[in-house]
Amino acid sequence: MNPLDIHPPLVEQLLVQFLREELASAGFSRAVLGISGGVDSALVAALCARALGPENVLGVMMPYRTSNPDSEGHARLLAKTLGITTKKVEITGMADGYLASLGVTDRMRRGNVMARCRMIVLYDQSVDFKGLVVGTSNKTEILLGYSTQWGDSASALNPIGDLYKHQIYQLSRHLGVPAEILDKAPSADLFEGQTDEGELGFSYADADRLLHHMVDERLTEDELVAAGFQVDFVRRLAARIAATQFKRVMPLIAKLSQRTINQDFRYMRDWGR
Amino acid sequence: MDCRLTVAQTNPALGNVGRNLEEHVTAIEAAIAAGSQLILFPELSLTGYFLKDQTAEVALALDSREIARLLELSRRISIAVGFVERGPDGRIYNSCAFLEDGRVVHVHRKVHLVTYGMFDEMREFAAGDSFATFQSKHGRFGLMICEDVWHVSSGYQHFLDGVDAMLIPSCSPGRGVDHGSKELASERLWRTLLEAHGILFQTWVVYSNRVGWEDGVFFWGGSRVIDPFGIERGRIEGIETGRLEAHITSQELRRARVATPLLRDSKPWLLQKGIERIGRGRGA
Repeated sequence: MNPLDIHPPLVEQLLVQFLREELASAGFSRAVLGISGGVDSALVAALCARALGPENVLGVMMPYRTSNPDSEGHARLLAKTLGITTKKVEITGMADGYLASLGVTDRMRRGNVMARCRMIVLYDQSVDFKGLVVGTSNKTEILLGYSTQWGDSASALNPIGDLYKHQIYQLSRHLGVPAEILDKAPSADLFEGQTDEGELGFSYADADRLLHHMVDERLTEDELVAAGFQVDFVRRLAARIAATQFKRVMPLIAKLSQRTINQDFRYMRDWGR
Repeated sequence: MDCRLTVAQTNPALGNVGRNLEEHVTAIEAAIAAGSQLILFPELSLTGYFLKDQTAEVALALDSREIARLLELSRRISIAVGFVERGPDGRIYNSCAFLEDGRVVHVHRKVHLVTYGMFDEMREFAAGDSFATFQSKHGRFGLMICEDVWHVSSGYQHFLDGVDAMLIPSCSPGRGVDHGSKELASERLWRTLLEAHGILFQTWVVYSNRVGWEDGVFFWGGSRVIDPFGIERGRIEGIETGRLEAHITSQELRRARVATPLLRDSKPWLLQKGIERIGRGRGA
């Protein structure tokens, strides 16, 4: 057995309860999320539909002019399967309004602008739909820092941020995510032909296994090498995790007073609820 | 001993003592209506768990009006309630008070404060320093709060003191979903610990763990009653609020202790000598 294996019915039960209770704590019962046609957002949509009822879930499709048309097709297939509400908001106008006027050609900058345009759309739609934005980043990509800060990483709450990609697939299969979505190569679809594994330079299966040993099991570098991992791979991922820590925390505040927010002014978000 | 009890599995609002107190009163009234003589609430049941800077703000002295309200109800049912205690000298404790017939019969202050990983209790609380047992009109009881149970020396003292039941309020977060397990890792550990306490110490084990979510962390519930043979006599299924009624009596205590006379055969003076020897070896 793969040590990463989960028992999907148990995890489903917990995440459904998480969505219901934490939304209720904030005074909400509806969810808004971007549906890209990929497996992560498909899983979150399926969990939200079970937790809140499909009529209380808004899946927003946000293509850019160069997006793969299959992405929208898969997003529509998912929405139909789950019975959730959908809305299509093209981001080409808003993204190009900035990118073209400044002549931005750098691929990473363009990708980040698109991801942040989508964040703006989701947060605005969440007001109209009277819901909260639910995140779709998984543990593998959060640890690798494979996201745009304040872009696709932005949300009010995230049910899948403690699940590795392998576990995402397990739970998605259990919840009936369509095969077309499960079987295709994961991609951020920010430029033509992009795949996650091509861009990262390693497979999710290898990354999951190493991250689980390194982060969850706390093995040392020597122990990881003895367990069969290439030392270069171990160092590369360890460096990547440390280098992207800024994406996993709130902005730094210069401490001046006796009581500084998040240093010695410490309250939970569920304060009083 | 012959005691009908209720285990309350609640979901307190974080730092909202007013709301939580009202829910306690409702649960107590229901337990009285069900014919219970004793009700056990989870750890920090009046306040919730991850209090951080709220800790000092929600602390209650034993002479507070909130405790007075529960003391009034304790004329009709004995109550074990979890709260943040402001001691007379200003120190703040993670406490459980046992209230009976309008009196504070006993207060247990959590000894083994959890401070690792996701926990930060030593930052918020002063530690208790005793596992004293106490006599209720329903039997001789010992209180351990959550992590106290993980140190076998806690339960061993209750055992030597001849308790009829260990009362264990808890705020145990659920975690560990890997290796294909149908059971949370935290539940597997607690099930084993609680049953082992029943077996090794031959007492009733009454466990009240809360449910609900605080900033993405959930508490897994699983409140239960274990008999002096280590056999589960009742459990709240599902990670939901609820209550469990149980009837605990001396008969099982007698049978277990005749069948396997562990208290008779225990040699605590060897423990005392052993601790002195180990201390000397380490230069203490």
